[in-house]
Amino acid sequence: MKRSIVCRCEDISEEDVIQAIEEGYTDIEELRKKLRIGMGPCQGRVCIQLVARILERKTGKKVAMIKLPKVRPPLVPVSLGTLASENDEK
Amino acid sequence: MKSKADVVIIGGGVNGCSLAYRLAKKGLDVVVVEKRYLTSGATGACGAGIRQQWSTRENAQLAIQSVKIFERLSSELGQDIEFRQGGYLIAVHDEKEMKQAEKNVAMQRSLGLKVDILKPEEITSVVPILDVKGMRAIGATFCPTDGHANPFKTTFAYADAARKLGAEINTHTTVIDVKTAKKTIRAVVTDQGTIQTDMVVNAAGIDSKTIAEMVKVKLPLTPFRKEIMATERLQPLFEAMVISFKDGIYFSQQKEGQIVGGIPIPEEKGGYKTMPTFAFLQHMAQTLTRYAPVLKHVNVLRHWTGFYDVSPDARPILGEVKEVKGFIQCSGFSGHGFMISPMVSFLLTELIAEQKTSEVLESLSLDRFKGKNIEKELSVVG
Repeated sequence: MKRSIVCRCEDISEEDVIQAIEEGYTDIEELRKKLRIGMGPCQGRVCIQLVARILERKTGKKVAMIKLPKVRPPLVPVSLGTLASENDEK
Repeated sequence: MKSKADVVIIGGGVNGCSLAYRLAKKGLDVVVVEKRYLTSGATGACGAGIRQQWSTRENAQLAIQSVKIFERLSSELGQDIEFRQGGYLIAVHDEKEMKQAEKNVAMQRSLGLKVDILKPEEITSVVPILDVKGMRAIGATFCPTDGHANPFKTTFAYADAARKLGAEINTHTTVIDVKTAKKTIRAVVTDQGTIQTDMVVNAAGIDSKTIAEMVKVKLPLTPFRKEIMATERLQPLFEAMVISFKDGIYFSQQKEGQIVGGIPIPEEKGGYKTMPTFAFLQHMAQTLTRYAPVLKHVNVLRHWTGFYDVSPDARPILGEVKEVKGFIQCSGFSGHGFMISPMVSFLLTELIAEQKTSEVLESLSLDRFKGKNIEKELSVVG
């Protein structure tokens, strides 16, 4: 079967997204929680805009009107060792 | 949206959706209203843990019975909620904690729960990546039937099953007012229309207090911001949730491989702030790498905030309030709403559909705060 990958981190295809929308998950936060899109190392940089496009196509709601998920820190992956060593432990 | 319903549930978290499912199954006409999207509150931000090791008998009972329901929930709802039982390992750090642990274990065993007290050298046989010296443990308690489930999948599965039974679930719908007449519920007014009903379930998480104020009921709840983080995915390293009441830390490895955990933010006070803090991330990283030094090489992908709606005794407020007929509380979970949701919806369904009450429901009523002797839950983490 041909699959167009939307989310590379979590291996989610366009077909997966369309199916979830058809099941009633029409909020980008719900799609994220249902499919784990945007939860991998890229934190949604690759997939979220693509998902917003698919949502627009399926629901008619303009991309500009679709509320995107909150951006969550740290913006890039940071190791626990680095975070722990920022200052000397009190 | 429907203009009439037997019951209106305010809040689309795990408790609101599971109650919608159970009431719809009893043939009631149920409408759920949710301000944002399903799991947008505490359910979607939680640590996914399911624990039976409590200090109060009521909480232990609720959790033990909830696990029995969780065990068959995937097949009941027809969707995999990813329930798995890897156990909970609770670190014990000093003699005082050990005394309390022994007391808790004796009570839990009297309820039929299998719980063991581990010697320091037995800790790594359960969770190999732990450094017993680094975590400063003199022992631990371990219950192998504690575990996890996926809070999103659980809530969505309840919502799907509820819809199939005729329940209506309205997301992005804000409650503006709750109307009463002669101290009885009459209607719920939302920004999408009004629903006539004589019963309202207040399952709105930290907004429960605001909802109750609409009918002049005061709930003794305080929102507490909590932070939690997730790492990148790793190969399976351990199955148990590791927690410590003294350090406040909890962490576990989820089914997909990421490590998820939290710890109280240093010097945090109650309130509605939602910004994640660097103080949390640093404190968490320092404590987590002290417990499991090997994790210093692992990347954190994100951290986020959620709320505990904390009651004075860290136990939920359930059931009908005396002041307003038809106004049912389902709030004050104090950080444990997900794990006891199966029994909460079971008990409230008995109350709403069959007018049946129970000893445990009575003990969790709002009225208990009017008395003097409330027994506080001590086994609170995060």
